[in-house]
Amino acid sequence: MCNCNTNTLIPVVGQVTDIRVDTPDVKTFRVVSPQGGVCFDHLPGQCAMVSIPGVGEAMFSITSSPTNREFMEFSIKKCGCLTDWLHQIEPGQQVTLRGPYGNFFPVEGELKGKNLLFIGGGIGIAPLRSVIRYAMDNRANYGRLDIVYGSRTAQDLVDLPEIQQEWVHCPDTQVYLTIDKPQPEWDGHVGFVPDYVKELKFNPDSVALVCGPPIMIKYTLAALLEMGFDKTQVYTTLELKMKCGVGKCGRCNIGSKYVCKDGPVFRCDELDELPDEY
Amino acid sequence: MIYQIKTEKLPQLLERLAAAQELCLPVEHKGQVDFASWTPKAKVRLDVCNTARSAKDFFFPQGERLVSFRMEGRQIQVEAPQMEENPFVIFGARPCDVRSFQLLDRVFLSDPVDRYYENRRRRATIVTAACLEPEETCFCGNFGIDPVRPQLGDVVIWTAGDTLYWESLTEKGEALTAQGGELLEALSEEPEALTQAQDGARAIHERLPFGHLNLQAISSRDWREVFEDPIWEKLSKSCLGCGSCTYVCPTCQCYDIRDFDTGHGVERYRCWDSCMYSSFTQMAHGNPRTTQKERFRQRFMHKLVYFPQNEEGLFSCVGCGRCLNKCPVSTHMVKVIQELGGKQDV
Ligand code: SF4
Ligand code: SF4
Ligand code: FES
Repeated sequence: MCNCNTNTLIPVVGQVTDIRVDTPDVKTFRVVSPQGGVCFDHLPGQCAMVSIPGVGEAMFSITSSPTNREFMEFSIKKCGCLTDWLHQIEPGQQVTLRGPYGNFFPVEGELKGKNLLFIGGGIGIAPLRSVIRYAMDNRANYGRLDIVYGSRTAQDLVDLPEIQQEWVHCPDTQVYLTIDKPQPEWDGHVGFVPDYVKELKFNPDSVALVCGPPIMIKYTLAALLEMGFDKTQVYTTLELKMKCGVGKCGRCNIGSKYVCKDGPVFRCDELDELPDEY
Repeated sequence: MIYQIKTEKLPQLLERLAAAQELCLPVEHKGQVDFASWTPKAKVRLDVCNTARSAKDFFFPQGERLVSFRMEGRQIQVEAPQMEENPFVIFGARPCDVRSFQLLDRVFLSDPVDRYYENRRRRATIVTAACLEPEETCFCGNFGIDPVRPQLGDVVIWTAGDTLYWESLTEKGEALTAQGGELLEALSEEPEALTQAQDGARAIHERLPFGHLNLQAISSRDWREVFEDPIWEKLSKSCLGCGSCTYVCPTCQCYDIRDFDTGHGVERYRCWDSCMYSSFTQMAHGNPRTTQKERFRQRFMHKLVYFPQNEEGLFSCVGCGRCLNKCPVSTHMVKVIQELGGKQDV
């Protein structure tokens, strides 16, 4: 007999209950199980395969924190067939989910008790938000929180209301926002994320979590190393095309690793052990 | 225990086995030999060394339905597929193909277990046909396979002269032997004719042109050095990216998942895919393997370096020789091994 509970390729149904327009091309979808609550448990940084059958299936970071038992959230950028579709749906639409997949930021391991420096670019805030919220919900377990977040324009900053209304008020937390080019209504910092990080001169007394476009990650990593950070103090996430999510279809293979199973979270010294194919 | 049956009586045995469960064996159809279900009219070809397609289809078919969905308005219903339960026999798979199942097991039976694969694997009884007459392209001996006395599958058979010898290795094998009943004649000791045939075959295997490649020469190199080796540029130049090598390969396991709208619902299928195709890693914002060089390198790095890194040194090749026969530009596994430093010792 087929034991569907353990057949990882068979998804469960999730109901979209709320859709937030974050930026011109990013929406955040709130999903609950038809029975109420989250569809499955996850850890910060883990991903799920989200699908509209007939349209497609793709891997997305679960952006809500595991501490949230009521719903899961996915911040999704419009960039292809499935995401175009998702951007057209309305609350009440069902989707399918399978997961959780991949590893996670070691929030109960190497990150515990440490100062955390989050550096995000654009939609790269998606995998970070889960950890940021987790750290804020377990505030006593972590030291200082520094969050550097940048986007092309002010309109492209995802989660901005949440950042301005909640994150900045969290104890012992600094939020640094930046946009690439000046805009009339923007009185904050202007400049690319890696340059801003250099300007801010962080002490290498924290663990850095860096997510964003590959080019941003590359320059940010260089900036951090220059400031005295060791590669073992920096975590990032990789993104490759995925199909199965469980290390079998071969698609996300890079060196001896499968990003869907052994990633998406990698410590930067681990990346040195992989070929440069990401 | 060894049994024997005269080859002229083999049709009777096959008929009996086929009556008890589905029996699949090499059958000639339109000039090509592939595994097919036994029928009284089937042109059985146990003499042919390797089928054109590998035997992986039995457990990992080229296409299969994973799950179905009913869509009503905004509602989605998920329908798990019915898993079949009937047992079947793979009769006459070669040692290399049977060894490939063990390599595929490492992928599909590792956590989380692939239920589709596992189900078929559980239902199958495997009869391995020892290779007494290998082809020039065979090089399984390099991968720790003993083609003459394979310890692979549930039953091993040898065809020598007018006799087929039969040895059961497992409980499933015993059960199949029992089905043969009086047609399989038990022998008190290993017959001289079989030993002689095996010795003769060993001498042939010893002389195979690619029988003694030096794989150690590759394993001992640092992966980075292999990755950066100029041979990828050189060998990939002629590669057409046709993917034939991956389709015929018994250990290639990459797949794609696709949905089909039937009008009444959506069927989700998986089908073989190939790392040799540019679409394989194409993403909305770019492709990490931009040219055929990277794709070509990936296929061989995976089999010769990455898979061994993860699986206790096991290579993901069984030396079946299919890619040697099928690559339209003759850029195959043996060439890669040789260029990477694995030329014959002697
Ligand atoms: S790489 Fe070639 S020789 Fe090796 S198992 Fe695959 S098809 Fe056979
Ligand atoms: S190596 Fe040969 S068979 Fe494989 S994709 Fe290239 S041309 Fe086709
Ligand atoms: S998505 Fe299939 S191996 Fe990673």
